[in-house]
Amino acid sequence: MEELFGGFSLGLFVWMAVLFLALVFLLKKFAWKPILDAVESREEGIKNALDAAEKAKLEMENLQADNEKLLKEARTEREAMLKEAREMKNKMIEDAKDEAKEASAKLIAQAQASIETEKKAAIADLKAQVANLSIEIAEKVVREELSNKDKQVKLVESMLGEATLN
Amino acid sequence: MRKKIALKPITALLFLLTFVSYGKEQHGHDEPKGDLRTEIKEYIQHHLLDSYDFGLFSYTTHEGVENHVGFPLPVILWDDGLKVFSSSKFHHGETVAEVDGNHYILYHNKIYKTDESGTINNDAENHPTNAKPLDFSITKNVVLIAMVFAILFFMFSRMAKSYKTNNGMPKGMGRFLEPIVLYVRDEIAIPNIGEKKYKKYMSYLLTVFFFVWIVNLFGLTPIGMNVTNNIAVTLCLALITYFITTFSGNKNYWKHIFWMPGVPVPMKIILAPIELLGTIIKPFALMIRLYANITAGHVVIMSIIGMMFIFNNWLGSSLSFLLAFVLGILELLVAALQAYIFTVLSALYFGMAVEEHDHH
Repeated sequence: MEELFGGFSLGLFVWMAVLFLALVFLLKKFAWKPILDAVESREEGIKNALDAAEKAKLEMENLQADNEKLLKEARTEREAMLKEAREMKNKMIEDAKDEAKEASAKLIAQAQASIETEKKAAIADLKAQVANLSIEIAEKVVREELSNKDKQVKLVESMLGEATLN
Repeated sequence: MRKKIALKPITALLFLLTFVSYGKEQHGHDEPKGDLRTEIKEYIQHHLLDSYDFGLFSYTTHEGVENHVGFPLPVILWDDGLKVFSSSKFHHGETVAEVDGNHYILYHNKIYKTDESGTINNDAENHPTNAKPLDFSITKNVVLIAMVFAILFFMFSRMAKSYKTNNGMPKGMGRFLEPIVLYVRDEIAIPNIGEKKYKKYMSYLLTVFFFVWIVNLFGLTPIGMNVTNNIAVTLCLALITYFITTFSGNKNYWKHIFWMPGVPVPMKIILAPIELLGTIIKPFALMIRLYANITAGHVVIMSIIGMMFIFNNWLGSSLSFLLAFVLGILELLVAALQAYIFTVLSALYFGMAVEEHDHH
């Protein structure tokens, strides 16, 4: 121990302290700070670039997923539209059929009604003609047999009665 | 493939060394072995010490004159005024230096005030009693520290500039350094201090990591630059860690020291001085760890290198060489490891100081 501190030199210690502190400050200003700053900014740059790449990749994936989704939606929409169109077509055909059926039924009913009316009119007409005819006959009978008035009325009545029976 | 290529020069060197030591054995017997041993021991001790001149190596000529290759450094003393002179005046401790009428002598690697003839008065324990002037000399270690700082500043300011010119990417050396800087941030600072508060401490942690590492690596070069095996240097680093920890300590940190929550009151009273002492022991351990590891590494490697000359035969010397080589590689690892440990523990202490305990 004595030899250890016997070799101690104050001069060397002072020089070392002064030189070393000077070196620390000089290197700090001219070397360590610029070096560490440069390295740090480079590391920051690399990190940012990696982050950006990762982000871009994620965005790309999102975009792809969106595209897929859109495509799928479009496909289902088309499907739905086609289905709707088909249904509409069927319905229209159905409706048209129904309408036609209805119209024809109506026409038939109308025709039947008009036939009925015609028939009634014809019958009425026939009746009127028959009455006229009967009157003409009666006239002719009256002209011929004016003498026997009671007999004539009886005859007309009997004839009329027969006619209504018809 | 690479391993094979690398191995070839090593084996070649090994063989060469064997021949050299064999050749030496022929006429090396006139030197007594004990002398060599003390010489090596002294050399190692000398190597571990700081010095007042920047010596690269020394050799002895045939005439026995010692020649030192290197250059002198300025000596700065405070002794009734500032005294600045070249360390060449000491002539490597052989002569007395005279400055403005005062005389100084280099004795056991320390500067003492003396008279004209260089008298050293020793006390009973063989320590000199001469006056010691305040010594702020630019020693070899100071030069090395300054050099390493210059290198660090050059490397990292260039790296910082390359980010600006190259659109936020490092260029050249920065490509190699950036992972280490990021390692300190991601594996040392953030796990120990926490995501929110680590930024304040990054400058110190990075500086201390690279300083200790580079300085340790320089210590392994053959020029023999040893900085971290100097207690003054490690003390300085440990003190800075201690001050940063103490000044950034929050309420929680001090509460855990003086009034430990969750234990009975008598224990709180016993724990307080222990915890308080712990705050000083932690940086103290940091100081000793770095100092002792590097010193031990140097002593072991140099001893084994010295053993090559002591064995002085082909088997022992080549084995010593191999061992020194392997240990040299280990020291390379230790250089980085000690830097890592110092930084991690500093970060850990900062983390303790700023930690928030929500659950108490």
